[in-house]
Amino acid sequence: MQQQQKSLDELTVMAKRVRRAIIEMIGAAGSGHPGGSLSAVEVLLTLYFRTMRHDPANPKWKDRDRFILSKGHASPVLYAVMAEAGYCPADKLNTFRKLGSMYQGHPDVRFFPALEASTGSLGEGVSLALGMALAARLDGSPARSYAMLGDGEIQEGQVWEGAMFAGYHKIDNVVAIVDSNRIQLDGFVKDIMEIEPIVDKWRSFGWHVIDVDGHNLAALDAAFQEAAATNGKPTAIIARTIKGKGVSFMENNPKFHGTAPTPDEVKRALQELQ
Amino acid sequence: MAATTKFELKLGMATREAFGKALVALGKENRDVVVCDADLSKSTFTSLFHNEFPDRFFSCGIAEANMVAIGAGLAYAGKIPFVASFSSFVMNKGFEQLRCAVAYPGVNLKAVGTHSGISIGEDGPSQMSIEETALACSLPGFIVLSPADEVSTMALIRAAGHHVGPVFARTGRMKAPIIYSADQKFEMGKAIQLIDGSDVTIMATGLLVAESIRAQETLAAEGISARVIDFHTIKPLDRDIIRKAAAETGAIVVAEEHLVDGGLGVRIAQVVAETHPCVMEFVGLTGYAESATPEQLLDKYGMLARDVAAAARKVLARKPK
Repeated sequence: MQQQQKSLDELTVMAKRVRRAIIEMIGAAGSGHPGGSLSAVEVLLTLYFRTMRHDPANPKWKDRDRFILSKGHASPVLYAVMAEAGYCPADKLNTFRKLGSMYQGHPDVRFFPALEASTGSLGEGVSLALGMALAARLDGSPARSYAMLGDGEIQEGQVWEGAMFAGYHKIDNVVAIVDSNRIQLDGFVKDIMEIEPIVDKWRSFGWHVIDVDGHNLAALDAAFQEAAATNGKPTAIIARTIKGKGVSFMENNPKFHGTAPTPDEVKRALQELQ
Repeated sequence: MAATTKFELKLGMATREAFGKALVALGKENRDVVVCDADLSKSTFTSLFHNEFPDRFFSCGIAEANMVAIGAGLAYAGKIPFVASFSSFVMNKGFEQLRCAVAYPGVNLKAVGTHSGISIGEDGPSQMSIEETALACSLPGFIVLSPADEVSTMALIRAAGHHVGPVFARTGRMKAPIIYSADQKFEMGKAIQLIDGSDVTIMATGLLVAESIRAQETLAAEGISARVIDFHTIKPLDRDIIRKAAAETGAIVVAEEHLVDGGLGVRIAQVVAETHPCVMEFVGLTGYAESATPEQLLDKYGMLARDVAAAARKVLARKPK
């Protein structure tokens, strides 16, 4: 049966649970990427519980909407949200990054077939989503494809090859979401390779662009509805987020792009996320 | 006694053109076959498919990385994508995507490179693909094809379309001599013995198959009996035919229009070492070529029957008595 929608209030509660799961998973693994997982929670919850047509009991349903985590290092948020949706066991999330786990360091379809794509090498997700969107178009399927990118990720040239393709071919069943948390591994994006003005960039490639607070569930819900109603153009949603959102000492702290919290930090983070 | 099979090597179409025709045939057979090209469709002959099935052809512009990953997305969604460009571009510029978006998840994409080797001629080394066998074979799960003529290209592209899993095929720009009759059967992974022989085995691929047949004729006139085998599939290798040739002839020459490093020769040498060690020689490239006519380049860089025959004499001199 197709995924039932959840209310925004329910999602607010779920967001805390997902954030706790992210902290626990990465804490248990001793490695991983907390910052960009925490920043993407509301976007993924909106997609999986408000926007996308999908069926956790029938993950290969031909006409389903598809989500590709192009910023594959944020896999904990994807696993935690998919567990909430019923795709995978929540009680196994803490096997993340461990031998034989379906919860691989980066999304891996060999271990978790309900995932839409294996990702982890940055820059590929938009192109993958475009291929899936073209297939849907050929088949007359209503399926839509969503790819989430990091803002550092859009430094990759392939992103713009895909952006140019989508704009030119008017692929309107694709949405790119940029998790604009302004931090990448080495530090603040502006200090590594500034990518602003993001909105102008996507717009100039022929995309409809929506600039939105990436932690505001109602605003995200409206943005995805606007994207679905946009004909003749792909849509880019620039989700303005806070890296490490929800954990005070992780917020806006480049250290927690790719560093696991210590056991003590896990404890403090979970207290904040009560 | 040298083999008596007489090959009359008439010039056929280029293997890239045969690829284009095979794609149209596949497209008629299966509506899930789709094609992506990167502004070279007139050269890769995917323009034939474009003319026939405009809805299923995607022009990706000069952007091979995106093209390969779009192909992967199409494959994830159940299509059978063929992505094509010059070998040097689809393989080198698309390698990261062939690795991470295709080989690693094992999606059902076919990548076809045209203008392989130095026989493209005047355009020179930036366009000449001499590394792609090494690169393609390094990708787990990929089948790597290197057909010699139009008949084998048509059959193997069709087989690639029916195989579920990633395939790379290398094809050439020049018109290629016809090796096979129209009724020849081909199976990916099964090399074809063209001529039997007992003193030495010449294992060749692509354009060098015809040169090896000519070399065998020269050697026969000298009283040397050479077996000739066409390796239209470079990965997986036909281990049985290699082991048998090593055991029965005790000397092997491998000939290819590709770098010796990472090419068919070293791959065969591995199988020889694992099954029946024997002396070997390698005919191939050792570096980048230059601009000239294809004929001048094949001559200067040692890709002719003469060079294959010389390697055969050399390996025979090393063969234990």
